[in-house]
Amino acid sequence: MSSVSINDLSLSFGNVEVLKSLNLDVAEGEFLVLLGPSGCGKSTLLNCIAGLLDVSAGQIFINGKNVTWEEPKDRGIGMVFQSYALYPQMTVEKNLSFGLRVARLPKDEIRKRIDRAAEILQIQELLKRKPAALSGGQRQRVAIGRALVRDVDVFLFDEPLSNLDAKLRTDLRVELKRLHQRLGNTMIYVTHDQIEALTLADRIAIMKDGLIQQLDSPKTIYNRPDNRFVAGFIGSPGMNFIQGSLAFIDDSWFFQSRDLSVSLATYPFTQQPIEGAPVEFGLRPEHVLIGQNVADLPVQLNLDIELVEPMGADTVAWSQLSGTSFTLRVDSDTALSSGQRILAGFDPVRASVFLSDSGIRL
Amino acid sequence: MKDVKKRSLPVNSASTSSIDFTGPNGPKPKRVFSTRNIVVYGFLILAAMYYLLPLYVMVVTSLKGMPEIRMGNIFSPPMEITFEPWVKAWDSACTGLYCEGLKVGFWNSVQILIPSTVISIVIASVNGYALSFWRFKGSEIFFTILLFGAFIPYQVLIYPLVIILRETGLFSSLAGVTLVHVIFGMPILTLLFRNYFASVPVELFKAARVDGAGFWRIFGQIMLPMSLPIFIVAIIIQITGIWNDFLFGVIYAGTKNFPMTVQLNNIVNSTQGVKEYNVNMAATLLTAALPLFVYFVSGKLFVRGIAAGAVKG
Ligand SMILES: Nc1ncnc2c1ncn2[C@@H]1O[C@H](COP(=O)(O)OP(=O)(O)OP(=O)(O)O)[C@@H](O)[C@H]1O
Ligand SMILES: [Mg+2]
Repeated sequence: MSSVSINDLSLSFGNVEVLKSLNLDVAEGEFLVLLGPSGCGKSTLLNCIAGLLDVSAGQIFINGKNVTWEEPKDRGIGMVFQSYALYPQMTVEKNLSFGLRVARLPKDEIRKRIDRAAEILQIQELLKRKPAALSGGQRQRVAIGRALVRDVDVFLFDEPLSNLDAKLRTDLRVELKRLHQRLGNTMIYVTHDQIEALTLADRIAIMKDGLIQQLDSPKTIYNRPDNRFVAGFIGSPGMNFIQGSLAFIDDSWFFQSRDLSVSLATYPFTQQPIEGAPVEFGLRPEHVLIGQNVADLPVQLNLDIELVEPMGADTVAWSQLSGTSFTLRVDSDTALSSGQRILAGFDPVRASVFLSDSGIRL
Repeated sequence: MKDVKKRSLPVNSASTSSIDFTGPNGPKPKRVFSTRNIVVYGFLILAAMYYLLPLYVMVVTSLKGMPEIRMGNIFSPPMEITFEPWVKAWDSACTGLYCEGLKVGFWNSVQILIPSTVISIVIASVNGYALSFWRFKGSEIFFTILLFGAFIPYQVLIYPLVIILRETGLFSSLAGVTLVHVIFGMPILTLLFRNYFASVPVELFKAARVDGAGFWRIFGQIMLPMSLPIFIVAIIIQITGIWNDFLFGVIYAGTKNFPMTVQLNNIVNSTQGVKEYNVNMAATLLTAALPLFVYFVSGKLFVRGIAAGAVKG
C-alpha cells in the first residue's frame, strides 16, 4: 500500500503555476528525496502534503485516506523545517510537548513519548534549556524530536540540514538514516544537496519547474538519467556532454562528433534511434579511465590535460574534446600535470545519449 | 619537484628577529579632549540645556510664592520653598465654573486612558497577527485601506464622528471619547503589529499549525510571549498619545468628563483675578507627569522594542 499518494496536484500563486498536475506515489516506509534546483517547487509540494497550503486542483492521500481538505494536524504528518522553527520562549521539553498538550494527551503519556524521543535523539540533557541556548545541530535534533513525539506515519523534512556546517551535516545525515532504519516511517525529504539525496534516498524524485523529471533509485538516477536535465543536475563535477549526431554504418549505430566516433553497438537504446539526429553524448568523469586499464576499453582517445584539481580523495582533470571542456576523475595517486598528453578510454555502455532538441534519453 | 624547492618559505628565525617590537601595542589610547569630542559634547550640552531650561523654570516657579514671582527673577531658585501652588492646582484651582482643581480631570483622563489603551492594543495586535499569518481573501486590500487610514488628517472625520456618536447616544460620554481614541489608534497600531509579526519566521507559524494549534492558541501561546517589545512600544505610544490629547477630549467627552489637558487649559486661561503663575506651572507639571514618568521608566525599552526584530527560533 502506498503511504502518500498525490494525484494530479496543481498549485498556483496568483497566476504563477508552481506545481503542474503532479503525480507521486510514496511506498510505506520509503525514504523519498525531492531534489531540484532552487524555486522548482519542492517546498511548495511539501507544504501541500502537510496541509499548509491549499491546493488549486488534485488530491492528496495519506495512508489511503483522502486528506486534501484536512487540517495539518489531522493528516498524520510531522514536519521539520530548515530554520528549525522552535518556539523561542519554551524550553526544549515544552517545545516537544506542545503538540501533545494541544491534543490533550494524558500527562504520563506525554512524559513517556518525550523520554523516548529524547533517548533516540540524545537530547536528554537539553530538555530544560531554551532554544537560544542550543547549537544549530542540537536545535535541529529538537525539531526532529517534535515530529517524533507526535507518533506520525509520515515525516516531512524541508532542507533540515542546510543551515548546519559541513561536518555536522554529515553526522546528522547518518543519524537520520539510522533513525529511518529504526522507525521505519515514511519520510519525504527536500534538499538541494545531491550527496544527501544519493546517500539517504530509497528513491529520488528530481523536480524542475513544478514537474517530476525522474523518479528512481539513486543508482538509476545517477547511471541512467532519463533526460539531459537530470543527467546534468546530478553529479559533481557534472557529466561531460559532447555534441554530435547519430550515424548508421555497417549495421551498427555510431555517435560522431568532430574528434570522436563511438560505436554504440553495445549501448542499451531505450528508444529507436534516428539516423542523422543531433544528439548529446554524456559521459561521467569517473567513467573515463586512464593508465593500464585503457587497453581493454572499446573507445580510446588522446587528451591534453589543461588543469588539475586535487579534491582529496580523487583528482579532477580538465581537458578539451570536440570543442567542449571534458573532465575526468582519477585516483589522487595518479601523477598528472597540466600540459601533459594522456591516453584515456571508456566503455560506451556506461554513457548516456540524449536527443539534442528534446533532451530525452535514447 | 624543482618547483617545490623554489617556492619554499624563508627560514623562520631570520625573519622574526628583524621585527621591531617597540611601538604601538594593545588598545589604541583615546584622547579625552580631542576636537571631535569637544564639538560633539559641546553641541549635546547646548541642546540639552535648550530643552531643559523651560522645565527648570517651571519647576522653580511652581515652588515659589506669588510675591517672589513678582520680583521677576525667573531663573533664580526659590528662596522659600512652598508646595502651596501644587496643592491648589490639584485640589482647588478654578476651571471655569467649578473650583475643584485638576483632580477631576486626572480621574477622567485615567478613565479614558485605560480602556482606550487596552482595547486598541488588543484589537490591533490581533489584527496585525491575522494580517501577517492568516491571509484571507482581500486581506491585502484591507491592509491598504488601513494604511490609508493612518494618513487621513483626522480633522476631516471630526464632524461625521460627532453625528455618529450623537445618533448612537455616546456623545458627551467617557465611552464616546474612548471609542474615538480606539478608532484613531487602530491604523498605526495595526501597522506596527503587522510589521512586527511579519518579521517572525513563517515556519514558526507553520510548525504550530502542524502541532495542531489554531488561531487563538498560536496567538496566545506562540506569538504573544515573543512580542513583548512591540507591546511596550504600543503601550507607550497610546499612553502618551491619549493622555496628551486635547482635541478629542474637548469635543467628544462633554463638560463633566473633560480630561486633564482640557482642565489644565481652563485653569491657565481663566480670566478672573490675577494670573497665578506658580499654580499654572504646578498644574502643567502635574498634567505632564505621567508621560514624563513613562518616558523615564520605559525610554530604553521603547528604543529596544522599536529596534528589535522577532526572536530567532
Ligand atoms: N507565497 C508565495 N507567493 C508567490 N509565489 C511563491 C510563494 N511561495 C513560493 N512561491 C514561488 O513558487 C516557486 C517555488 O517555490 P518553492 O519555495 O517551492 O521552491 P523550492 O523548490 O523549495 O526552492 P528552494 O530550494 O530555494 O527552497 C518559486 O518560484 C517561488 O517564487
Ligand atoms: Mg524550499
